[in-house]
Amino acid sequence: MSVVRVLFSYLIFPGFVFTAVIGLFLTWIDRKVTARIHWRVGPPWYQPYADFLKLLLKETIIPEGSSKILFLLGPVLGLVAMTILAVMLFSMNMNPSGTFVGDLIVIVYLLALPPLGLMIGGSASKNPLASVGVSREMTQYFAYELPFLIAIATIILKAGGSIRFGDIILAQQANGPFLYSISGVIGAIVILLSTQAKLGFVPFDIPEAEQEIMAGVYIEYSGVALAMYRVVRGMMLFILPLFLISVLWGGFGDWWAILKFLLIVVLIILIKNTNPRIRIDQSLRFFWLGIGVLSIIGLVLAVYGL
Amino acid sequence: MANAKLWGLKKSPWVFHVAAASCNNCDIEILDVLTPRWDVERFGIVLVGSPRHADALLVTGVLNRKSLSRVLRVYEQTPKPCLVIGVGTCTCDNHMFAPSYNVVGPYDKHIPMDVYIPGCPPKPEAIISGVVKALKRL
Repeated sequence: MSVVRVLFSYLIFPGFVFTAVIGLFLTWIDRKVTARIHWRVGPPWYQPYADFLKLLLKETIIPEGSSKILFLLGPVLGLVAMTILAVMLFSMNMNPSGTFVGDLIVIVYLLALPPLGLMIGGSASKNPLASVGVSREMTQYFAYELPFLIAIATIILKAGGSIRFGDIILAQQANGPFLYSISGVIGAIVILLSTQAKLGFVPFDIPEAEQEIMAGVYIEYSGVALAMYRVVRGMMLFILPLFLISVLWGGFGDWWAILKFLLIVVLIILIKNTNPRIRIDQSLRFFWLGIGVLSIIGLVLAVYGL
Repeated sequence: MANAKLWGLKKSPWVFHVAAASCNNCDIEILDVLTPRWDVERFGIVLVGSPRHADALLVTGVLNRKSLSRVLRVYEQTPKPCLVIGVGTCTCDNHMFAPSYNVVGPYDKHIPMDVYIPGCPPKPEAIISGVVKALKRL
């Protein structure tokens, strides 16, 4: 019985199917809001599902001379990581006392897997533009991961030095969300901007810059592999705001969480639509000197309990 | 299953723009179609940067000896099934370049075409109607 329950939770709810369906719907919200900002009508609600279906049934081309396994491993790695992450986040929010020590570290590593998959798949696809995209993705990853980890350290400090995810949620349920303090606001800004970069949304979409390097790392992908990448992007758009809510805004055990979630998603989409793309060196400087210094200030404030 | 495939293809044709040595007028009209005024994203049509992602190729310009091998290569790189839509009179009958020594067109001598959209350049409405006709033929 328990095996069936585990399989259900990984494959249906809150694992793969649920997260993928909601994630694809969120990509429609993204496209629709973008269209309204452009003063357009935008696609109908079933658009991402039609895209997905079409990609599933198209020919999948593997470039000549590339490593077949590594090429297909790229999207699979992201898909697996996001599925596990969805299950972990939901079970931890439903039952905060039943988690294990160090699961915050596991979550940070799982969040690192989709960009890793992109790098593996992109460098296996044997295309010069994909290589440029991979090198940019790598630089970008090192850029945003530093302030992100410092913000996580701030949260650990505020939760009394515990690296158990459940303790963070329990501490917020006892003393109010961490967001309602100066270091909490700083942490939220840092994690929100890192989320933007993790999603590859516009000010930080340097690895897949359409006008300079076509689609960057995605350039050789077609058919099922591309469909998997799109699902991973949708799932990340679902899970990363949930992660932000659960570490800073008191978890998502209640119905208010839906409003909080929509607020964060719309904020991400608005940032995406009101900014130009920056260069890779500007991105690195922004994340290390600007946001990095800000996150260290947040850490110091958290030490003094502000 | 076949119906689902057809529905997906009809509802989300991603377009790759092959500018095979055209005079740029047709290219500008294609960009016009993507602007907020006509907004083809209503029908799920998106311009993509790589032929690997494409479902339809919009070819413009008269086919000459230099561009022939490139167009063929882009067509082979596109995953099947894919549509090929010729935009502009040049793609139909070589237009005013027909007597030139360099012209090897029209396109249907070399690749299977689905729809021709005449006009020099065609109006954005004509391009949209041509794409709709191509999708109806599926």
